[in-house]
Amino acid sequence: MAQDHPTASELLSAIADFLREEATPALDKAEPRLGFQMRVAVNSLAILERETRLGPAADAAEQARLVELLGHDGTLEDLNRELARQLRVGTRDQGDAALMAHLQATIADKIAIANPKWR
Amino acid sequence: MTVHRPDEAENVAAVLARVAGRHFGGAAAIERLRRESGGASRQTWSFDAIVDGARHELILRRDPPTLGAPRTKVETDRSVSIDRATEFRVLRAAFQAGVRAPEVLFELAPGDGLGEGFVMRRIGGTAIARKLLRDSPYDSARRKIASQLGEILARLHAVPAAGLPPLTRREAADHIAGQRRALDLLDRPQPVFELALSWLDRRKPAPTATPVLVHGDYRTGNYLADESGVTAILDWEGAHLGDPLEDLGWLCVKSWRFGAVDKPAGGFGSREELWSAYERAGGIRVDPARAHWWEVFGTVRWGIICHNQAWRHLSGAIKSMELASIGRRAVETEVDLLQLLKAKA
Repeated sequence: MAQDHPTASELLSAIADFLREEATPALDKAEPRLGFQMRVAVNSLAILERETRLGPAADAAEQARLVELLGHDGTLEDLNRELARQLRVGTRDQGDAALMAHLQATIADKIAIANPKWR
Repeated sequence: MTVHRPDEAENVAAVLARVAGRHFGGAAAIERLRRESGGASRQTWSFDAIVDGARHELILRRDPPTLGAPRTKVETDRSVSIDRATEFRVLRAAFQAGVRAPEVLFELAPGDGLGEGFVMRRIGGTAIARKLLRDSPYDSARRKIASQLGEILARLHAVPAAGLPPLTRREAADHIAGQRRALDLLDRPQPVFELALSWLDRRKPAPTATPVLVHGDYRTGNYLADESGVTAILDWEGAHLGDPLEDLGWLCVKSWRFGAVDKPAGGFGSREELWSAYERAGGIRVDPARAHWWEVFGTVRWGIICHNQAWRHLSGAIKSMELASIGRRAVETEVDLLQLLKAKA
């Protein structure tokens, strides 16, 4: 059954905003070490907020590309294990354009969730 | 991070008074004792010892006595680190050879009850990258740090082997095997790291003819600097023997630029600036392809360290939100690796 509003993403944003704008400045005054930890926590909440929004579509696209690349179906985990094994033993390498396009797309989706400002 | 208990600080102060008294030859009073940083298993404490009216500004590095913790993946990850007794001897040899490093004074004895560790002189400056890269007191230091790091590294690599304790020799092939082992222990498929490790394997440099002392964690965040620039190189627990270019490559890993991405030398200058200072100070001639290889390797290494840090929390070894969150930083190195491999396929 669908949950009521706010959505997971909206609720996570509300929590992160509160912690960032109200709790962190107070904590910085009282206990700087905890202020730093709070920034880490707020940053992690922002990752989760993006993951709830972007994660499902990213996973589905990654799996579809892996099925295409490896030529058979499977779970995301199993397909990635197979690809990792091929890369370890060298049956695929960076000369494979389809492989590189897949990895670029996968990592672009991952960084868009984990740290979109990274360059 | 563990919250340290007041009784721990009292115990440390009492023992430090005794061991400082023993070293300096007189009754010692301990002042301004505080925990600096580090996790539960490796601690740094800052304190002053007052002996005969003279104030000695000091640092204690110690691994507290363990209670027989269970073997975890973390231990495997850390098995490449040297112990405190070896670190003491490496630091002493480096200091005597003129490397800008803290001067170590004395070791703890087993009967002292503080675990394994040693005391060294405290040196001024900050290790906080964000301050060094952005704050105004460091405006002129910022222009010097890249070349200072090159000069200091040349001296570090020239530390005579005769003065060093036995250290593990690790060449390119050993490092690749080690990272693959780490991936196997983490047991999650990592296509980008596998791709990069195979790329590295096919291009790995031959073992060095004469392995040198390698610092092993030579990067921004692991040295102190003040308004005049670098004052001391810290965090020697990754010391080993190997290829001098390993340290140069590691310093240029993008994660150590802390946002100053267009300044590869630790966020402070160009690779060429770093290399020419290194060569001028007596370091070997830097082969750019070999340095690039070590930069790619360093990027893989930091990515896998990120996963290992998260694992320290996930395995239950240390409860830490901060460590857990580092796991999500690994993808930053995957972005960097795809860029690096594209630049020089």
